[in-house]
Amino acid sequence: MADSHADISKHVNLYLGVFAALAVLTIATVAVSRVELSGTGHIVAALVIAAVKASLVATVFMHLKWERSAWIWWPLSLCAFFFVVLLTLPTLTATEARDRAPANTWDKLPVREMPIHGEHAAAEH
Amino acid sequence: MSAEVLPYTVKPHPVTGVYSGKLGTWLFLASEVMLFGALFSMYVFLRVGAPTEGSAVWPTHDQTHLSWKIGGFNTLMLIISSVTMVLAWAQLKMNNFSKARMYLMITFVLAGIFLAVKLTMEYIPKFDAGIRPSTSVFFAAYFVLTGLHGLHILGGMAVIGYFIGPGAALWKENPEYYTNRIECTGLYWHFVDLVWIFLFPVLYLM
Repeated sequence: MADSHADISKHVNLYLGVFAALAVLTIATVAVSRVELSGTGHIVAALVIAAVKASLVATVFMHLKWERSAWIWWPLSLCAFFFVVLLTLPTLTATEARDRAPANTWDKLPVREMPIHGEHAAAEH
Repeated sequence: MSAEVLPYTVKPHPVTGVYSGKLGTWLFLASEVMLFGALFSMYVFLRVGAPTEGSAVWPTHDQTHLSWKIGGFNTLMLIISSVTMVLAWAQLKMNNFSKARMYLMITFVLAGIFLAVKLTMEYIPKFDAGIRPSTSVFFAAYFVLTGLHGLHILGGMAVIGYFIGPGAALWKENPEYYTNRIECTGLYWHFVDLVWIFLFPVLYLM
């Protein structure tokens, strides 16, 4: 990690730049969700933007940019790998699990009425 | 400066390349990624595998009543709080304790605003409208994910509050210790922000 005052001052400018990028990307996430996209386009766009934001936070705010030689990269790489596994496995298996389930599986669930529009204060925006 | 009881509390360990507190924080955060990862995995499984017709079909935005404006506002609160957290550390590195403390206070207040908005504009109206985790699969996932995240915010506030208040005495005793503890607190805080960066689009926009 850089320690001198001049280096830290440079860091501060970078932090503010990253903040601006995060704010713009948050607006972009909302904007993209309101544009017409085909199929899974919305999900892909939202997750790509979230991944970019997350990497900005991790590399700059969490100082990983300056920790290139650190041993912590090993557990973090394992962590990243298994995180991807955790997200990939259900994507590959959930549809099959649903289709294999007996036709009346969901009928056994207790059904509760969802409140309809207007009954809920937060809905009025 | 007090005697160094534990080795490598300030200097980087020759093997790991970081001081031991930071190593511990990163390992803790790795376990946290797995904790939230399992919950995200659960969410993806339930959503992708949700029936396409019938009463258990995945709810639309009109049915979940989650306002992107409230979610977006809270996203902004956490992003700003992340910046003020890292600025607090930068000020300590530049030997400016009073400015650092001010940034820590702003971080604390922004975290409080996040929780207040979450409670008064989302949780309480939902409960008043009869929505519980048992209402649907979606709300079970929603309350677990946001509830666990909210508890993390609360935990972060406790630590930040400690370093603004009684913990601040350490600055006079050993500034390097204090600065490193703020850095570790910051690592945790940025992680909490990072989780929300994913929760916001997943729950409010998709």
